[in-house]
This record gives sequence, structure tokens and C-alpha cells, in this order.
Amino acid sequence: MSRIPLPYNPKVLDLFRNPKNLGKMEDASVVAVAGNPACGDMVTFYLKITPQDIIEKASFESYGCAANIATSSIVTELVKGLSLEAAWKDITWKKVTEEVGGLPSIKFHCGVLAVGALKRAIRIYYEKKGTTPTWLPQEHTFEEKQALEEEELAKTLAKRLKVEEEKK
Amino acid sequence: MVENVKELLKLHEGIKREVYLDNENSSVVPREVLDTMLPYYNKMAYGNPTLTHKPGWEAFKAIMESSQKISKFLGANILEEINFTPGETEANNLALMGAAFANPNKGKKIVIDEIEPINVMNVTEMMKKYGYTTTKVPVNQEGLVDLEKLKEAVDKETVLVSISAVNNEIGTIQPLKEAVAIVKDKNPGALFHTDASDAYGRIQLNVQDLKVDMATISSYKILGPRGIGALYIKEGLNVEKIIEGQIGTQKLWPGIENTPLIVGFTKASEMAFNNFDANVSQMRAMRDELADGILSKMTDVKLNGPKGDKRSPDNANISFLRCEGEALTIELSLKGVYISSGSACSRRLLQPSHVLVAIGRRFSEAHGSILMKTTRYHTEEDIKYVLDVLPMSVERIRGIVGSTGVD
Repeated sequence: MSRIPLPYNPKVLDLFRNPKNLGKMEDASVVAVAGNPACGDMVTFYLKITPQDIIEKASFESYGCAANIATSSIVTELVKGLSLEAAWKDITWKKVTEEVGGLPSIKFHCGVLAVGALKRAIRIYYEKKGTTPTWLPQEHTFEEKQALEEEELAKTLAKRLKVEEEKK
Repeated sequence: MVENVKELLKLHEGIKREVYLDNENSSVVPREVLDTMLPYYNKMAYGNPTLTHKPGWEAFKAIMESSQKISKFLGANILEEINFTPGETEANNLALMGAAFANPNKGKKIVIDEIEPINVMNVTEMMKKYGYTTTKVPVNQEGLVDLEKLKEAVDKETVLVSISAVNNEIGTIQPLKEAVAIVKDKNPGALFHTDASDAYGRIQLNVQDLKVDMATISSYKILGPRGIGALYIKEGLNVEKIIEGQIGTQKLWPGIENTPLIVGFTKASEMAFNNFDANVSQMRAMRDELADGILSKMTDVKLNGPKGDKRSPDNANISFLRCEGEALTIELSLKGVYISSGSACSRRLLQPSHVLVAIGRRFSEAHGSILMKTTRYHTEEDIKYVLDVLPMSVERIRGIVGSTGVD
């Protein structure tokens, strides 16, 4: 377990200090959680979606580091006003990482997790609705897989270290 | 990347007060130590201590006098028992590898406790390649080594046992004398090493009284310069060097001796030991004010490690529930308070502190843990400032967490 320097860029620091769209959304259409504190980050996404499948507003809560807070904040800004299809297709961890001005490589997963939570929210929304649009792939995206992997890793860690597993 | 850091530093402009509490990871060097070191770069003793000229002999004298002084502070028998290394990481590497490799007849089993510092953990892990196995003895919720389990773990194949005198993260003072007796009783040939970096200058420590074979100490941990440490090796014990090169006064560490750092380490030791009781009582008073202040005034906080006499006088390790540690270190940095965290986020392996996990802390508790170490230089105003800014910083981070991950 080594430490490495984390020269966060000013945009990450600015979003860490002044996050946008922070907090629980009482009238959310869908809520999704991704990650586990065992591996560093955990994030909750709230989306308010119109009957036309447009994201009216988005908010987040992050039990994570500055990089996770910043990327989550960016995602909520990027998706506002987008159709779910556009959000699904346009918002990738690469785009989000670029939007925050880049991240130290060890922190890439924080941005991946933010996007993983968004994609998970979109999937849950359609599951609840009972329809599957043609553009929504059955197979998990990279970001969703990463979120799953981190959660699995947390379970393995908990088992190996004999720690009581964190509840969601 | 450098540009980023410049910007980050600019954000700190206008800080009213700075309180450095990250003495686990590096420290501020007092003026007196620097003043003592400086002439050794350009006025005297700048020669190689193995060479036959005045600056060389001056260096030789300075190094031998330093060894003599440090051997006294450690309770060692003779100055030749002190081996300078570039730090505690190197001293621990030398102790474990050097002693194991030099004593192949003693067996290939190493016994450590499960909260040893990372460098000890990593060396034993690496030594698997050479056929060594490691048994990790569990600790209780206060971080105290289970002596029964230690007894069980040591056998005829055990070449070496390594248990830190004081745990570097949670400040647990181990019952070292008892541990050594148990090990030697079970296997008189087994060697006992202790990383005493966090004990030296903070608790009573006498290597002859403890009957340890090897002890690691570190300069920066007692406010000396970084880049220097030492390994005490009991006279007559066979330890081999682990790096190759030109041997000088330090038989187990090749390369040109760093006389100014050795002198600085010695000066820092003198300053720590000459007023030992007053120094310890000041660091303890400041630590108590800090820890008690946090634990009594703030909600959802938890002390990690033991209370009272079982805890090192400088250590405060506290978990803030519903708060992520790395975020908190940044938030506090912007207010001039410098700490470190055991959060998985602040580490590379995305795994929380192994020490906190070993004492039974949940991941969410480790996630919001911070480590602070006080020194004799901290003042009541410093601690008051920390106690003023900490609650609002923790509350802001908790505001971002909201209900996420809360069970």
C-alpha cells in the first residue's frame, strides 16, 4: 500500500469546494448507488425524468474523495436536459475525465464510478417502467462493469479480512 | 502536473494559521537541529570518514560520537551496535533480510503481528521468493498483540520475530518485554527485532532491558532530518548487508556516510531525551486536548487504538463516520491543518488501512479515519485552532456524503 502524489487540477478542487447539484432529491424518478467504501468511493445518483424520457434534473451524494465528488458533480451538469438515450451514449468516463480537466491515473476509477452510477440509474428506470429501448444494450457498459468489479472486490476484501460487510 | 500543484498551492494563500499534525509521514525540523547540521556541509567534517586527512578524521569523530550518544539513548552496550541507515524503511529491510539470510541454520519462518508497518509487511512478502514463510499474529481491538497466539506461532523453525514497540498508526504500546520472553522461552535461537521508530523519544525504551536483538529507530520521527535512521544490532549477532558497495564506518550499509544527517539525527535525539519528561508531557497534554476535544464536542466519532497508558503520548487516530478521509485532508489543508487519512481513497491499492481493519474497524470507519501526531512544539492555540476548524470541515464533507453508504 503505497502513497502517490495526487496533483489534482484546479477544476477538480473547485468542484470539490463548490459541488453542483449536491444532495438527495425527494421527487427523484430513479435512484442508483455504485461503489463501496472498502475500495474508496460510493456514490448515489438521483434523476428526475420527464414522461418523454428527458432528464429534467440530476443530483448526487458522494461518500468518496475529491475526484469522485468532482466527477459526480460534472455528470449531473452534463446530463441535465438530455434524453436518456443521449445521456447513455454521450456520457463516458473519458468524457467526464476530460471535462474535469484530467485526473491522476490512480483516480480514473472515481470518474468511472460516477458514470457507472448514471448508467445503472438509466437501466433501473427502464426496468421499473417495464420497457427496454432498442438503444439500451443488454450487456453492461465498461463503467457498469467497473462498478460491479469494485463492489465484488469489496466483498472479497471483506471476506479475506473477515470484516463485516457494509450494508448498502 | 506541476502546474496543477502550483494552482493547488495558490488556493492556500491567505491561510491564517498552519498546524502540522502529519508527523507520521514527515516532520518540521527545528532550527537548532538545522543549525547543528549546517557546518558539517561546508565548515568541518565534510570529508569521507574512512580517509586519512583532517576533514575525514573530523567526520569519523562526528559519526562515532553520534553512535555513542544514540547508543546511550537506546540503552545499548557499545557504540558499534548502532548502524546508521538512510531511514527506518532501510533499517527494517536490513533487520529482516540481513538477519534471516545470515542465519540460515535457524529456519525459514518469520513471525510478525498483523499491524506491522507496511515496510515490514512488504519485506516479509518479498522474502517468500526465497522460501521464507510469515505468520501474522492477531491483535485485539486495542491493537495489543495476542501473546498466546504469539507463543503458538513461534517454533523451532522460527528465525525471526518482528513486533513494533509502538504501532505507528494507532499508538498501541506493545508488552515487548513479555513478548521477547515468550519468544525466547519457546525458541532461544529465534531473533527478536522491533521497529521502535514510534517509541524512541516517546516512551521508556531500553534495548538491553527489553532483551531485543535488533531495534529500528528513525530520525524524522523525533523531528530530526529525513533520510537517516539506525538499526541497533546486539553485539555478536550475525547480520549480513543487503546492498553491495564500498564499506566504510557502517559495516552493514555501503556508501559514503551522510555526516550532516547523522549529526542532525543525534541533535534531534539529544533534544528529545535531554528534557524527556517535559517533552513527553507537553506532547501528551496537546494530544489529550486534541483527542478529548474532538471526542467530547463532535458526534459520530470514534477513537482508534487504546486509551491511557497503553497509548503513545503523541498519537490521535480518530474515525469520523459518514465522512471520507481523503476529502477531509484536502478540506483541512485549505484551512492550514495538515493531517493524513487511512481511507482507501488516499492509498494506491484501494484498500483501507490494514491496521484499522485488524482491530475490527468496519470499512466505513476506516474510510473516515484521520491520523494526527502532536509534538512538544504544539501549543494550546494550535489545538484550539484545529478544534475550531475541524467540526465545520467534517460537517461540509458529511453534507456531500448525505445518506450514501450509511447503514
